[in-house]
Amino acid sequence: MRSKTFGSFAEAVADIPDGSVIGIGGFAAPGTPYNLLKALREQGAKGLTCVGNTTGGAHQPRMPDIASLVENGQVKKVIASFTAATRPTDVLPFTKYYESGEVEAELVPQGTLAERMRAAGAGIPAFYTPTAVGTELAEGRETRVFNGREMLLEYALPLDYAFVRAHRADASGNLMFRLTQRNFCPVMAMAARICIVEVEEPILPAGALDPDAVHTSGIFVQRMVVVPAAPDGIWAVRREERKK
Amino acid sequence: MSGNSVGPIHASARSGAPAKGWDRQQMADRLSEKFQDGWLVNLGVGIPTLCSNTDIGDREITYHSENGLIGYGPVLPAGQEDLHLVNAGGQNVSLRPDSVTVNHADSFAIIRSGRIDVTVMGAYEVAANGDFANWKVAGQKGGGIGGAMDLAACAKRVFIILEHVTRKGAPRLVPSCALPVTARGVVTLVATNYGLFAPTGHGFRVVELAPGMSFEEVRAATGAPLEG
Repeated sequence: MRSKTFGSFAEAVADIPDGSVIGIGGFAAPGTPYNLLKALREQGAKGLTCVGNTTGGAHQPRMPDIASLVENGQVKKVIASFTAATRPTDVLPFTKYYESGEVEAELVPQGTLAERMRAAGAGIPAFYTPTAVGTELAEGRETRVFNGREMLLEYALPLDYAFVRAHRADASGNLMFRLTQRNFCPVMAMAARICIVEVEEPILPAGALDPDAVHTSGIFVQRMVVVPAAPDGIWAVRREERKK
Repeated sequence: MSGNSVGPIHASARSGAPAKGWDRQQMADRLSEKFQDGWLVNLGVGIPTLCSNTDIGDREITYHSENGLIGYGPVLPAGQEDLHLVNAGGQNVSLRPDSVTVNHADSFAIIRSGRIDVTVMGAYEVAANGDFANWKVAGQKGGGIGGAMDLAACAKRVFIILEHVTRKGAPRLVPSCALPVTARGVVTLVATNYGLFAPTGHGFRVVELAPGMSFEEVRAATGAPLEG
């Protein structure tokens, strides 16, 4: 079997074509594939559709995020559960490009976003959910009553690529996440044709992980790169380090 | 299932609480008093996170965070954080003996299947019929929904915490929402700096007035009829 382990982030993202649909894992810092995002920015693919919980935070210093690809002119459309800041006083780097029309966005409730990718990964084309019924998001869309309750039709969201960050992996691509690092990562891995993982610990030989403890099967993982120590690799920083 | 043995001190013991009305922690404390033993509680970002500072006594409350964290304790001080562990607001919280992490699809399966006993959220407006708005401000392109629409549509109860009036003095408890709603007819209890209120369909019933607030004063600051 060809090795799934790549020597660099640049090699792992080298063949991503223009127009790809890419899921970016992570919720706040945990699970965010900073190194893959940075490599994709350097690689330069254009016309991308990026799927993620947010477009990136408002805080400084900036970490690689969807907005950094938008700024680099690589993104056609964003699909996210936040397309504006949660606090109106925060200024998101994304907002300027969205308001000027340089990038499109589709705003999706977070649970619906997760389930649309879960469905894609599970071979289910569409589903009904009570979420967003009666809101602006449901206007003009198909609903149906089940057990006396109105439900909104939502479609699966398949991905060309998923970028995720895991804590531990073996050579077969079996993954373990640590604490809230898991978030969207397993559903994105399953929704994608090609899942690329940045791994925090050295990759273990196949068989080193307890089969009962694996969160994502290597079936869903095609490429892995180990995150080097800082400053070559990008790691989340603590609040007080961020302030410096 | 553990109690709140690692919880912080009771917030009302703090100094600096206002002589009139409630401050944010007191608003959160009042709503937290309504949490019943055994409840699974989801706290939204902003003022609702203060509910986890309230001393809940002997009640066993489990906090759920939309990013797949079930059962968590207080925010950890700088230097003690685990960078792999955050709540819905991105704060580095602590684990409890029975904490569990799940993926996002499973986290929202918990929400959508109606297992959350109450979700506590901030809002811009709450209407007399139980509608509320918290994802988009006037004139904004796009919005910030996060997990709010899933939670509002599917939790057994929706409690709202918000300031009674806007910075310009306009009421936030209104006859009907002017802003795009998050969900319709779901709010059962509202905490503001002026008191606790329950939407009745055509107005708001006073459950409790904050210290120093008169009925007349609150009625003048409320956009919908106030019922005693």
